[in-house]
Amino acid sequence: MADRKIRVLVAKPGLDGHDRGAKVVARALRDAGMEVIYTGIRQTPEMIAEAALQEDVDVVGLSILSGAHMALCPRIIELLRGQGLDDVVVLVGGIIPDDDVAPLREMGVKGVFGPGTSTQDIIDFIRREKGEPAPA
Amino acid sequence: MATQDSVTGLVEPLLAGNRRALARAISQVEDEAADSHALLAALYPHTGRSHIVGVTGAPGTGKSTLVNALARAFRGEGKTVGIIAVDPTSPFSGGALLGDRVRMRDLAGDPGVFIRSMATRGSLGGLARATGDALSVLDAAGFDRILVETVGVGQAEIDIAAAAHTTVVVEAPGLGDEVQAIKAGVLEIADVFAVNKADRDGADHTMMALQMMQGLAPATQGHHRPASGHGHAEPGAQGDGSWLPPIVKTVAVRGEGVAQLAGWIERHREYLAATGQLSRREEARAANTLDHILRDRLLAELTQRLPDGYLRQVAGEIARREHDPYSVVDRILSAYGCP
Repeated sequence: MADRKIRVLVAKPGLDGHDRGAKVVARALRDAGMEVIYTGIRQTPEMIAEAALQEDVDVVGLSILSGAHMALCPRIIELLRGQGLDDVVVLVGGIIPDDDVAPLREMGVKGVFGPGTSTQDIIDFIRREKGEPAPA
Repeated sequence: MATQDSVTGLVEPLLAGNRRALARAISQVEDEAADSHALLAALYPHTGRSHIVGVTGAPGTGKSTLVNALARAFRGEGKTVGIIAVDPTSPFSGGALLGDRVRMRDLAGDPGVFIRSMATRGSLGGLARATGDALSVLDAAGFDRILVETVGVGQAEIDIAAAAHTTVVVEAPGLGDEVQAIKAGVLEIADVFAVNKADRDGADHTMMALQMMQGLAPATQGHHRPASGHGHAEPGAQGDGSWLPPIVKTVAVRGEGVAQLAGWIERHREYLAATGQLSRREEARAANTLDHILRDRLLAELTQRLPDGYLRQVAGEIARREHDPYSVVDRILSAYGCP
């Protein structure tokens, strides 16, 4: 009777308070059958890493619109790895300049989703990463 | 043996206070992973020390904020706190949006607090099916107090009463009249009432409705208590060994009344210990757990013996009025049931 669900932490690090995008993604992932832990705005990297650990999530989705992604992402990834959360898939959505995508991937960000991304792309990406087939 | 290794691989660090192992262990029991029963068996001797406090009430009464405030109150007394916050699973997608942490950000960074969100995954009584097992895991990990926040409940989701030692029922002004207050169900399971958002209009009315409901209960000391005004029996432990649930006004966002609420929870804990109720509640909890496990296991074993598609086929026969459901169950049990 194993009932494994993909668990996703959706968090907004940094100081901007625009959480509509994060909420749209959270809702879409819920509707795709995932368990979404939504933590709200103005999360510190420490809060995000702590919540990821306690909630034992498979995926951490970060929404960053402030331009601080090059500072926040490496810090969050460092904290996750420091707690032994090596398998957690880190995704970033928001306003990310093209030039930053390759460095972010190098830091360990698996997926970068800019404006105009369809939520289905994010769902498919997560399912692929977690080796779960899309439901028929 | 691989199973033994992976179980002990979690048990020892968990008992030593490793939070990653604790989080993994809760996932194991929540997912009913292959090792989860062995894990729970290994942890069980270490359980029985936490005081488990259920916090339940209608959606929007402020349960999460109150849990946050109560956790801070317990932390202020030097006690460690585990939290399980349950939110509903969508019956349509099977997904869930677990948002209780939003109201618990004050607790971030405190190594004496561990918060876990759980989705109900189809369970209807206000908790997830695995909540009881997750409680055992937190208990074994050594938390002094465990707060369990149920989903926003209506009137009859009372699983929490069987899972917790002390049940706090949270009310807020403006949700209903006196008739709501005397209906059966959630209100009957309260050990302590919190009237939250007590700074709002109607708080006194809500207090009065709850007091009136208590006044209608059979007398505990040979007299009925009046519905309002003076001459109440003091809440708490009564001379005849019963417990009259106190009603506490709180404004959780500002922390008002929370120390008093935490104090009543402690007094209830002392009452349970002093009167022997604690061991009776523990026995009732165990019986309830046993009942759930037996039902699940028996159903699973029986379902396994049935041919593929059998249940759907007979459901069709019932729907077409070819058979009635009771006769079908008799037939299933005599053909496939235990010898």
